[in-house]
Amino acid sequence: MHESSGKNFPQPTVETARFWEGCLEHKLLIQKCSDCHHCQFYPRLMCTKCSSRKVEWMKASGRGKVMSFTIVHRAISKAYLSDVPYVVAIIELEEGPTMMSNIVQCEPKAVEIGMEVEVVFENWSDTITMPKFSPFYKEK
Amino acid sequence: MQSLRGKVAIVGAADTEVGIVPHLSATQLCIDAALRALADAGISKEKVDGLITCNSMAEPMLYHAEAIAEYLQIFPKYCMSVGTGGGTTFSVLHHAASAILTGVCDTVLITMADSLYSGLTKEQAMAAQVSTGHKQFELPYGPTIPAYYALIAKAHMEKYGTTPEQLAAISVAARKHANLHPHAQMRELITVDDVLTSRMIADPLHLLDCSLISDGGSAVILTSAERAVEYPNHPVYLLGVGEGHGHEHISQARSLTTSAAVESGKRAYEMAGIGPDEIDFAQLYDCFTPTVIIELEDLGFCEKGEGGAFVESGAIELRGSLPVNTHGGLLSHCHPGNPGSMFALTETVTQLRHQAGGRQVQTAKVALVHGQGGIMSSHTTLILGREVD
Ligand SMILES: [Zn+2]
Repeated sequence: MHESSGKNFPQPTVETARFWEGCLEHKLLIQKCSDCHHCQFYPRLMCTKCSSRKVEWMKASGRGKVMSFTIVHRAISKAYLSDVPYVVAIIELEEGPTMMSNIVQCEPKAVEIGMEVEVVFENWSDTITMPKFSPFYKEK
Repeated sequence: MQSLRGKVAIVGAADTEVGIVPHLSATQLCIDAALRALADAGISKEKVDGLITCNSMAEPMLYHAEAIAEYLQIFPKYCMSVGTGGGTTFSVLHHAASAILTGVCDTVLITMADSLYSGLTKEQAMAAQVSTGHKQFELPYGPTIPAYYALIAKAHMEKYGTTPEQLAAISVAARKHANLHPHAQMRELITVDDVLTSRMIADPLHLLDCSLISDGGSAVILTSAERAVEYPNHPVYLLGVGEGHGHEHISQARSLTTSAAVESGKRAYEMAGIGPDEIDFAQLYDCFTPTVIIELEDLGFCEKGEGGAFVESGAIELRGSLPVNTHGGLLSHCHPGNPGSMFALTETVTQLRHQAGGRQVQTAKVALVHGQGGIMSSHTTLILGREVD
């Protein structure tokens, strides 16, 4: 059985399908308003700043920093038990929008607020690849 | 605009048995709360012409308020059920007061109950509550309800230097108050050390930073201030009410450390014509300890960032400058999910009637009650008074 079995799988909708297709291609897509240039996440059919409907997809740099985080010790369900302790964080992307994700590929105790992170992709199934974040080391 | 100030009063208030109540279903608890509130108000059910209920997680119904009206065999003019969070428990009071003032109805019964402990498995209860998270952009990452509030706690600690000991002081105070409440679910005294050594749930929140899982229900009856004087108990007047709504999903919050309680509080104070200095005691939504810190700051009881020092000073204890959660709150009295904040309201009525016995706040005249729903999403502040000056 796949290790992501039983997890809370996202179910793409008309509004979000392009985002999840992007993840399959290892691209973190956000939306940018053609009228006021505001960047936003999660995907919507309108610009949250000026209400224009001319929102376009763009590939984000994939870098951001940790706004806050928690180390979860009591898993949300059995499917997450083997991940405990895992880090749930809110990331502020370089382009401005905020998103929730996990910080992976590092010790939970090493995570700090303000830490620079970059997107990595975790394959959950043939149709779902999850964007997660790992510490960004500039020398890389 | 017409102000609601002093126009409406609570004339009946009661709780069911709370804690672990397996012999009553969620629906029965909802009815039991209603019957007790009617008895407290000294009226028969026929007098109720407005009904507001809250759907239950353990026994959900598509038309909950209609089902409760049918069960009671009453036929109200105004009837609605809310799929509510902690904050909207009080926003329905806002609606009810408006309905009374505009003549839609005269006597509103608000009754809510759930049996999260006995009516659901632990897994079902967790799944029902966490479903507030964004299905595509939050839930896949495995956040629990404590984790959402831990994100808030961590941000506050980083920005203002709030400590785990300060968070723990809130649980300690709540337990001291619950110890004086004969029906509280958890009455055994605890120390800061007990909180810090309890199991880590979502860093920095320990088990004892988290509220309880309970069965229970609570109800209040509202009528106009003119009619209220004919009731047997001392009326408790609505002096101010205000709401503030920020976000739904925590990943989209405008700020993690300042909430829409700033707006709900400002609106309530303005209507009441008073400020935080004139509040004798407060009931603040305490699903997790950090919410109390942020509410104390956002409602003006201390400066931003000073919430930790404020609670550590003992100010929120019964003999402190601002007793908070005099019944023990969601941390120690009980927390049956959505109806949880209703107990803060019935406790406030008891206090303002000067019927709280050993936990009575001396010469209590004006109280602030604050509800919060979602993940610091929706906020409602009530200011209640023993008199209308
Ligand atoms: Zn725009």
